[in-house]
Amino acid sequence: MTYVEGYLAERARASPLIDLRWKNEVVATEPHADHVTLTIATPDGEYRLEAGYLVACDGSRSAVRRHLGLESKGRTFRDRFLIADVRMAHDAPAERWFWFDPTFHPNQSVLLHRQPDGVSRIDFQLGWDADPEEEKKPGNIIPRVKALLAHSPVLKDSEFTLEWASVYTFSCQRMERFRHGRVLFAGDAAHGVSPFGARGANSGVQDADNLGWKLAAVLRGQAPDALLDTYAREREAAADENIRHSTRATDFITPKSAASRLFRDAVLALARTQPFARTLVNSGRLSTATTLHGSPLNTPDGDTFDGAMVPGAAAADARVTRADGREDWLLRRLGGGFTALVGADPVVEDALRGLDVNGFALTVLAISPAPARDALVDPDGAVARRYDLRPGSVVLLRPDAHVCARWRTPARAQVESAMRRALALAEGALPCP
Amino acid sequence: MPLITDPNLESPDDFYEALIAAHEGLDEAASHALNARLVLVMANHIGSLAVLREALAAARAGGDETG
Repeated sequence: MTYVEGYLAERARASPLIDLRWKNEVVATEPHADHVTLTIATPDGEYRLEAGYLVACDGSRSAVRRHLGLESKGRTFRDRFLIADVRMAHDAPAERWFWFDPTFHPNQSVLLHRQPDGVSRIDFQLGWDADPEEEKKPGNIIPRVKALLAHSPVLKDSEFTLEWASVYTFSCQRMERFRHGRVLFAGDAAHGVSPFGARGANSGVQDADNLGWKLAAVLRGQAPDALLDTYAREREAAADENIRHSTRATDFITPKSAASRLFRDAVLALARTQPFARTLVNSGRLSTATTLHGSPLNTPDGDTFDGAMVPGAAAADARVTRADGREDWLLRRLGGGFTALVGADPVVEDALRGLDVNGFALTVLAISPAPARDALVDPDGAVARRYDLRPGSVVLLRPDAHVCARWRTPARAQVESAMRRALALAEGALPCP
Repeated sequence: MPLITDPNLESPDDFYEALIAAHEGLDEAASHALNARLVLVMANHIGSLAVLREALAAARAGGDETG
């Protein structure tokens, strides 16, 4: 995470749109109908700031959330985990290892995975009764690490140094609503999950991806304020999905009842010999982009399509060859606004050219099995297969690269109407500035 | 295909005997563990989530003394 935060800080500093203010703390938040007033404490004193919109991404203990008298509610797991980062030189592959009830740490789980710079992160489940202060002492951590290493044929004789350690608990929770007037909650402030599945940071990035273009469109007067309601709706549903996955993994890793433990152990026993049982072993299903089923920005299918690229799906990538013969990737060719993937068909392509809704220009990307006009060549047929694209088919992608509509051979007006819908523009209405 | 609740066992008495025999010599904990593994093996054979949900509901209802 330190690298991610470093890159973020560098990027923020490089952008003229971002003013990064260190040692500034929001100490009061006053919401109003059309703006938010913040009181900010600095080493040099307090000042006030007025914002048209406030995106609160101030973490799981969000001060803004507290100022508004709001809560993030859910289920707190009565369990403690020790995280120990150890630096060691070894030739073991960078694999993620998960032990359920190993002999070196009986009745608890252990997770080992590689971090950058020769650091391995080890997670020891400790149980609820563990004393966090005692467990954090190197004198107590080092024997645990040694026991783990002694157990592994590959790591047995590795020398290591303890870099960092902490004891944590976690909850699966979310705010009931992510939008409160001019305040929009994102990331851990809005929702929290267990660390199994890499869903915390990933879902925060997805929140930002979802909100960024919508907020920009509203601020530029290209879309009504109602577009921001869809941020909340789409990402609340995504949070539910993440919490569901996370809770399931947690219940498998740390069974909460005798029956749950019995079946967990039965799965693990069978997994040695029965391939089917391995599909039930759940040490955390790794995060994938949420499909925004049922979003009001989707235009429901009127035509029949196969495959996973349903309205709401995050666009799948594929290798393509550009008209100039250079290799590229489909998602790198998307426009900044809406993009129409068109199964190469000159009539449909030409009908869609120049389409623009409130300054959101449509980028038309023709996809062809062989070189044709300015089409992207689909050398493996992967684009056609993944999107079920045939000549004349159109898949419309929103600015955040989620599918929002698809047709077999649409008229220009249908595509325009779907773009308007994806901008929360009512039929025929213009946004209020 | 819905859950079959009409008699469907090829040879009920032979199955029952085999089921009891499979538990022979096991203490209670080992018997519970065997049953759990058996449920998982059979669930995989059935496959259909809808049928499995029906089976879970039928089993739960069957344990209800008033029902």
